[in-house]
Amino acid sequence: MLSCYRILDLTDERAFIAGRALSDFGAEVIKIEKPGGDPSRFRGPFYEDDPDPEKNLWWFAFNSNKKGITLDIESAEGKTIFKKLVRTADVVVESYAPGYMASIGLGYKDLSKINPGIILTSISGFGQEGPYQDYKDPDIVVRALGGLIYTAGYDDRPPLTVSYHHTHTIGAMNGAVGTMIALSHRVHTGEGQHVEGITQQALDIICSAEIEGPYALFGEIPTRHGRARAEVTLKDSSTFYNPLLWECKDGYVALNLLLNPASARNNLSMMEFIKRDGIDIGSFEKWDWDKKSWENMSREQAEELMEILGKFFLNHTKDELLKLATENRFQLGPCNNAGDALKYPQLVARGFWKEIEHPELGTSLKYPGGAVMTTQGYVGIKHRAPLIGEHNDEIYQELGMSAGELKNLKEQKVI
Amino acid sequence: MTKKPFEGVKIVQLCWAGVGVYTLNYLSHYGATTIRVETATRPDPVRLFAPFAPTNKESEPLGLERSAFFSITHTAPEYGISLNFKQPEAIEIFKKLVAWADVVGEGFPTGVMDKLGLDYEGLKKVNPQIIMFRTCGYGHTGPMADQPGFGSILTAVTMMDTMVGYPDRPPVPPSTYYTDQLSPMYATMSIMAALDYRRRTGKGQYIDHAQIEAGLNYMTPLILDYQANGRELALNGNKCDYAAPHGVYKCKGDDRWVAIAVMTDEEWQSFIKAIGSPGWAREEKYATAAGRLQNSDELDRRVEAWTINYPLEQVQEILQSAGVGAGLVANAKDLDEDPQLNHYNFYRELDHPYMGRLRYYHPDPIKLSAAEPDIKRPVLLGEHTDYVCTDILGISRDEVDKLRQKGVFD
Repeated sequence: MLSCYRILDLTDERAFIAGRALSDFGAEVIKIEKPGGDPSRFRGPFYEDDPDPEKNLWWFAFNSNKKGITLDIESAEGKTIFKKLVRTADVVVESYAPGYMASIGLGYKDLSKINPGIILTSISGFGQEGPYQDYKDPDIVVRALGGLIYTAGYDDRPPLTVSYHHTHTIGAMNGAVGTMIALSHRVHTGEGQHVEGITQQALDIICSAEIEGPYALFGEIPTRHGRARAEVTLKDSSTFYNPLLWECKDGYVALNLLLNPASARNNLSMMEFIKRDGIDIGSFEKWDWDKKSWENMSREQAEELMEILGKFFLNHTKDELLKLATENRFQLGPCNNAGDALKYPQLVARGFWKEIEHPELGTSLKYPGGAVMTTQGYVGIKHRAPLIGEHNDEIYQELGMSAGELKNLKEQKVI
Repeated sequence: MTKKPFEGVKIVQLCWAGVGVYTLNYLSHYGATTIRVETATRPDPVRLFAPFAPTNKESEPLGLERSAFFSITHTAPEYGISLNFKQPEAIEIFKKLVAWADVVGEGFPTGVMDKLGLDYEGLKKVNPQIIMFRTCGYGHTGPMADQPGFGSILTAVTMMDTMVGYPDRPPVPPSTYYTDQLSPMYATMSIMAALDYRRRTGKGQYIDHAQIEAGLNYMTPLILDYQANGRELALNGNKCDYAAPHGVYKCKGDDRWVAIAVMTDEEWQSFIKAIGSPGWAREEKYATAAGRLQNSDELDRRVEAWTINYPLEQVQEILQSAGVGAGLVANAKDLDEDPQLNHYNFYRELDHPYMGRLRYYHPDPIKLSAAEPDIKRPVLLGEHTDYVCTDILGISRDEVDKLRQKGVFD
């Protein structure tokens, strides 16, 4: 859908996903990396744990579909070549420290002089301006200031960040959306603009309803309660934290326990399954599911219900519970890991996983398919990420550079 | 005056709950004209989500307009029309909206729209160029197409409920409905790309957005690691595989914490200086990342013995001034007062007829140098039913009265 657009991608590993998403919708994305390879290529995980820059899995994941060239944009010759490329492009995406592009003469003002239609998208942890503009923004730090750490974890231990450091991808995806908004604006104005995608703000949106609502209305500061994140009110007006995750035979499942008359049929039918396991449901034999809610429940009963559910889940595997949930429309789902996700029946039925060839490795790997399916062509992964400098000849020859010039630039380590 | 990015784009919004709302907010904030369709007899369920704003009008029923959850997520200018799809006339009015629109967005489980004859084929008959965007938990084909999809479950299915935790305890969720806020970016891009494509080719399209599929696109490295190395993600608390110290440390005060990440040897040298060059920090075993990782538990205790003496803001300031990553672990109050978020005017204060004046309305996490987002309090249920019928659809006032008597807007 977007094959008419060319995007120059100067991002680091935190924001690769922005150009990747644009390429999923068909844009031509040229990943520009330092001669010798992007620094992120040297930090794992690697294919078969072999620390080879051409086997980096994070690179594979978020640079697929892109073309790859090497260019030192800090050198004078490199800058000249980059500016030539800017003339041919619609968008430049970058995630350097705020102000860096301007400091090397490639800020938005510089680029728009070369090409008034150019859109510069800058992705950062905190933003290009303001009191945190020079702050270091590693994953855990942005996540802390974005409000997602304080409420995650157990009340007897320090609050928790993620073990999978993907936080910046959320700001980066907003940068990709901002790029689309600017492309649409350009239709009206004929001009490009400077776009920002900001991770701290994206995190704040994630926690806004859960955390900011109670504070704005009642001055309440939500804290952390382990797996129990859903807050409900009991008969005595006290707050009960309803667990989202439950341990089962071979892992964990998530349960969205709605205790209200509208969910009576589901809850009754779940009780039947529990009884079939020989589990005594105690006082819930006589509970009026079609009339009562959390607000009618004593703390003792709430705890009794938790115990009943806990016993039931421990009796079953994730697969069994998924089957039960699907057949009965229970709001229950397995906590998938990678192995589970690859065989998750719904994804398999939809042909979601895409087998992508890696001829250099002599194998293929399954990647997530597109984020949407449409009637105007395939959206998603098409081919593996570029090797170091794989498309140098194609792109530089298109700029009219001769083989001799290219050889020269290679010797000077510009490309 | 210059035009807004999506000026002239017309959207019919049947996206209830979370994902579809975040998805269309991006377009409505930046100039699209959006009409939200719901009814009092079947309102958006989020209107019933706690917490609710208190009222000082005695015995006023709770109603459908006081959910903070609803108002904090619905920040875009919209027109609201009430339509009760049980009435055939309501379907006719809806079809007029489809004829008017460029985009129809809906977020019901598969089957709901189809039973009403309002699937893509049905809409195309009314408007051949329509872009129909559908979002649901599991996608609109396959054995789970008609399952309702709640964010808390989809977060588990997309591997996101097993990425926060300590090695010796069960994982905890990253937030309540994590996929609800991660999958909309792909969704809104698909609509923007479809609009761009239609502008150039005249062709509309049908978009099937499965929230689990969009969510899994963030998890690709883990999927590859599993295939290439047989490895599943290991929970490691607040530690990092290649850098130390890296963690959350106690500060002065009750339940106050700071996140610190020393990512390079150079930053380690700056860190030592910033904390006053204590003797232990010069020990050889801490000089390299490998050494610090090997001794990370001991190192964490020593770092905390320093942070515990200071308020969290001060730790952040001391370390960031020295070029070391540090950030206070913000709670609700800290977020509200955060100088950076406030510099970006991220907390907008707006009046709401039922909820009073609140300052938690947010723009998108995006800043454009040539366009401002239009941030508004949520539309009330059916707030513009008459206006939409008469001024946008050209239905006569008499006819509107008759339809109202029949219960078409109930």
